[in-house]
Amino acid sequence: MLKYILIPLLPLLSFIINILFGRNFIKDKAHWIAVPAVAGSFILAVSAFMDVQAGNVINVNIYNWIVSGNFNVTIGFLIDQLTAIMLIVVTSISTLIFIYSIGYMHGDGGYYRFFSYLSLFVFSMLMLVMANNFLLLYFGWEAVGLCSYFLIGFWFHKKSAADAGKKAFIVNRFGDFGFGLGVILVYLTFGSLDYLKIFSNTGIVLGQTINIFGNDIDLITLICLMLFCGAIGKSAQIPLHVWLPDAMEGPTPVSALIHAATMVTAGVFMVARCNPLFSLSHTAMNTVAVVGGVTAIFAATIALVQNDIKRVIAYSTVSQLGYMFLALGVGAYSAGIFHLYTHAYFKALLFLGSGSVIHALHNEQNMQNMGGLKKYMPITYGVFILATLSITGIPPFAGFFSKDEILWRAYSGGELGKFLWLLATVAALLTAFYSWRLIFLTFHGRFRGTHEQEHHLHESPRVITVPLMLLAIGAVAAGWVGIPPLLMEHGDKIGEFLAPVLGHPHGEGSHAEEMMVMGMSILVAAAGWFIAYQMYVKKTDLPMKVGAMFQPLYKLLYNKYYVDELYSRIFVQPVLKLSDKVILGFFDAKIIEGVVNGVPNLIGAFSNKFRKIQTGLLSNYGLVMAIGALAIIGYIIFMR
Amino acid sequence: MCIKNSNMSETFVPSDYFPVVIFFIFALLIGFGTLLLGVVLRPKRPYTQKLYPYESGNPPVGEPRYKFSVKFYIIAMLFVVFDVEAVFLYPWAVAYNKLGIFGFAEMMLFVFILLIGYIYVWKKGAFDWE
Amino acid sequence: MNTANYLVDITMIMPELTLICVALILLLLDLVVKNKEVLAAVGIAGTLVALYGTYKLFVFHAPQSVFADMFVLDGYSNFFKLIFYLNIILTILISLKYMTIEKASFGEYYSLLIFATTGMMIMASAADLIVLYLGLELMALSTYILAGLMRKQLRSNEAALKYFFLGAFSSAILLYGISMTYGLTGTTNLREIAAALQTLNIMESPAVFLGLIFLIVAFGFKVALAPFHMWAPDVYEGAPTSITAFMSVGPKAAGFAVMGRVLFEAFGGMQMQWNSILIPLAVITMAVGSIIALAQTNIKRMLAYSSIAHAGYMLLGIIAGTPEGLASTANYLMIYMFMNIGAFAIVIMLRREGFQGENLDDYMGLAKSHPLASALMLIFMFSLTGIPPTAGFIGKFYVFMEVIRSGYTYLAIIAVIFSVISAFFYLRVVMYMYMKDPKEDVTLTTSSTLSIALAITAIMVLILGIFPSFLLNLVRSSIPG
Repeated sequence: MLKYILIPLLPLLSFIINILFGRNFIKDKAHWIAVPAVAGSFILAVSAFMDVQAGNVINVNIYNWIVSGNFNVTIGFLIDQLTAIMLIVVTSISTLIFIYSIGYMHGDGGYYRFFSYLSLFVFSMLMLVMANNFLLLYFGWEAVGLCSYFLIGFWFHKKSAADAGKKAFIVNRFGDFGFGLGVILVYLTFGSLDYLKIFSNTGIVLGQTINIFGNDIDLITLICLMLFCGAIGKSAQIPLHVWLPDAMEGPTPVSALIHAATMVTAGVFMVARCNPLFSLSHTAMNTVAVVGGVTAIFAATIALVQNDIKRVIAYSTVSQLGYMFLALGVGAYSAGIFHLYTHAYFKALLFLGSGSVIHALHNEQNMQNMGGLKKYMPITYGVFILATLSITGIPPFAGFFSKDEILWRAYSGGELGKFLWLLATVAALLTAFYSWRLIFLTFHGRFRGTHEQEHHLHESPRVITVPLMLLAIGAVAAGWVGIPPLLMEHGDKIGEFLAPVLGHPHGEGSHAEEMMVMGMSILVAAAGWFIAYQMYVKKTDLPMKVGAMFQPLYKLLYNKYYVDELYSRIFVQPVLKLSDKVILGFFDAKIIEGVVNGVPNLIGAFSNKFRKIQTGLLSNYGLVMAIGALAIIGYIIFMR
Repeated sequence: MCIKNSNMSETFVPSDYFPVVIFFIFALLIGFGTLLLGVVLRPKRPYTQKLYPYESGNPPVGEPRYKFSVKFYIIAMLFVVFDVEAVFLYPWAVAYNKLGIFGFAEMMLFVFILLIGYIYVWKKGAFDWE
Repeated sequence: MNTANYLVDITMIMPELTLICVALILLLLDLVVKNKEVLAAVGIAGTLVALYGTYKLFVFHAPQSVFADMFVLDGYSNFFKLIFYLNIILTILISLKYMTIEKASFGEYYSLLIFATTGMMIMASAADLIVLYLGLELMALSTYILAGLMRKQLRSNEAALKYFFLGAFSSAILLYGISMTYGLTGTTNLREIAAALQTLNIMESPAVFLGLIFLIVAFGFKVALAPFHMWAPDVYEGAPTSITAFMSVGPKAAGFAVMGRVLFEAFGGMQMQWNSILIPLAVITMAVGSIIALAQTNIKRMLAYSSIAHAGYMLLGIIAGTPEGLASTANYLMIYMFMNIGAFAIVIMLRREGFQGENLDDYMGLAKSHPLASALMLIFMFSLTGIPPTAGFIGKFYVFMEVIRSGYTYLAIIAVIFSVISAFFYLRVVMYMYMKDPKEDVTLTTSSTLSIALAITAIMVLILGIFPSFLLNLVRSSIPG
């Protein structure tokens, strides 16, 4: 029992100790507290995983939070197969990132602060995955968002970082509002927030509708879509994807943590967790699948032309998350979680690897100024190649198995299946292309940076490369737990393991078709490599020509479809204007005050001060009140 | 919006109040109309003497509105407070026999509270002119 | 009408009488005692005695009404009185040092606070429109003076004068509403009004409705519902900060107390009608409060608009139209008291001789120099935003749930949208404290009483967030379904 509580508690303790004593006592020794804490969590998580594997699903209520009449909320942990996998992913990746941060953040002024926020972040994520009810899930959900706000804006001297933090927070709030309403609706519908009570009682919502603005909406669909709103925000799906690429303004370990293990996976986890609800609503499922599929291809196209190394990886995250939602949407929940799990390793590897590159180049992030790094940084190059082989889906690397599973499930499932499969396959081609483009631009050719930079080029220290190598093992081998039965008897262990929670995906197809899908996936991965190789190694003038040939398209992609600009134009500016000019001018008297102050002084200094109140503002205020009262009366008389 | 007021519309129709609206319009018309009539009909021959506030009095010097010492206001306010107390005492005195001991106690309490106010005001120096 | 009967009645208003006595004693004490801390101590002691009295009445007497059914003692009034007691105690605690800095440390301050509180208590217990008006005026007149207590500051004078004139305006509207209701039903007693509406069958009468509208407008003024909120930003900004804290909770709670009682008890059968007014008011209030607050740079003004927005959320509980909904509003008010006074206590800490400390810029980098104060402010801001596990979340969650339960899902959606917007300006304070560099060194003014108040509010915000059951049970048993 204590073991399970300790899993989130250790990072929390690390946070508390560091934040309280970091400033004056611990200072640059913060990692001596944080790393053992999170490593301890990892060991406990492994032990919890073994318990679950032995068949012990744990569901304990720890504390009755609200007990009042018919209003009951208890807080507790549910550690089942799904949670166990998430625990492993979160704690293992976090541990490696923590170790990596020792080297990466060395000498930073806010060293202790960094580790305390990082610990809090991990704590929040662990609470999120371990919750056995929606309220605790919501708590973790909000806390993760807040921590990301602090971490992305960690270097707040950098304006872009502070802005990115703000943006992440604001965009997430929009998703969270839907999620919050979803939770309230769940409570009102089921009378409980406890997962098991709700999931064992899903029958009662069938056929229920709710009236909103005169339209009858299917209740379960509404609930699922509301919850999915939150997932869209947290997991950066269209149309709320804009925060994630900016989030890389934070320190690289933070990007890695956000993109790989925590935060963005929360949405995927949540939808998988709520699969008994989602499975009831056809509309919601299709929405999830389509949003996922479209995001996968949409983000991949943007990644094609970006020059910032971290930005490419960031868009690749958005795209890969799209894959996961696609899988969830076609009912292949375990495939989605499987991909989440393999993705965590190779994506963390890519980010930390790029951090290593950036570190070596003294904060150069533009790939056009890199090149030829493979002879200077052999280890980084090696792990990068492994991660890329994994993400592009070359067997037998981890990414191949999870991606193939998704493609196959898409192909074989549902009326939208073939269409989604097509989207995903094209996205796979694009993924292969931009991933190899990154490799070739960064590590091949000759160095395009300044002499100054070239002079200082060096492989990163051990504290950075060791976590990279450990992650590389994951990027290679993590997928072997999910080898499809087609290739190996008793394969797909992870699917079997998750089946008690997530069920078996249904969908029919012959072995031949499955082979075809698999072949296609390998083929497009190879094709992506080939095109990238041709363009960036063989004929290096080709990219320029292609870019010039498709100038408008290139610009559109380079500017990320102008989504940021669009949002700024549609939402941000009007709201600011509204707040600033119209309402402020109308309801707040500052403007009126100015006019009145300009009225010539008539009665003398003393009374003038009061005149301002009596004849200017005050009567104005009274007028608004009177008009308000009259408006109500008028409204009542004429609006019926 | 889900405002349902169907049950109200049966008894209340704006047209029921149409005479009231007409009444208001007439009231306004007559009010403004007579003023307007005066403006139109009256002869307008202004000259300086005529525009003085007191046509046959002293010519005014300075602004008509000037500051009074705040002390006047304080005295006036305090006067009102204790004046009201005195006014209260009259009906109480007239009905004294009917109110009995309870009425007596209540009035004593009332006077006592005002007495506290009186002491407070005195001590604060509100009665000092200088 | 015998004396013994009167004595029973008087027992029931002992807490109010105690407070009046304490206020009078303070007035006299002020003349002889120079040390204002003594007055504050007497004030707090007197309040505690009254609190004890209310507790005893609660324990020993079943809910009942006295003075010819004009004054009721029930769970509802007791719960609100508890809010008022805590409100005044916390206000006195935060104001001691502050009023000295403002050079407005007058003895009258404490007696006026107590008079205002007495007025609120009378309002909470009023079962008759006349008694309601009596309490309301006692409260209002005291707060007018309190708002203008910084006599040397023009801003404060302006606030008081504006509050007074607009308050008088709203009182007139209230009286208009009362007289219309009286004229149509022949009574000012709330329960008899309800009965008269039934027997005379005039519920659909537009004249009754008009009276109801006037009552709502007047109450709306007191709780600062848009568009009757115009006074709030100016008055909140101009008044002494401790009084701003007091005003943002006390009169608001009292206003909701009477609004709840009048609407539920007297006009309970006309819920459709009053909801058709309250729903648009709630939406406008939340919109105005949340959106305009975005543009504020003065923290007192920002909190004023925030207070308007919160009034909108609280109104949702009344719109729900169930005793549960009313309970959620009362619960929200109790929570709001802790978090809002806490936030104002931090604002007060920044004020020192020759430094206003009201601009948002003054909070830049506060976390570096004063981590504890910043952490407390962070808690209060989180709570005002409604982030779990702070108390603010419980308050909002309960209200939203009740309003959805009553079938106004769309209102909850709107409310959630505005609370999303409101997150931006609350968290902007947090951002300024934690993620900016200080412009200049800020020294905090601390005193033991202020620290006590901060400790109480912060701990309560956290405790009510983590262990909300106690408060929820209290409010639910106070306002039975």
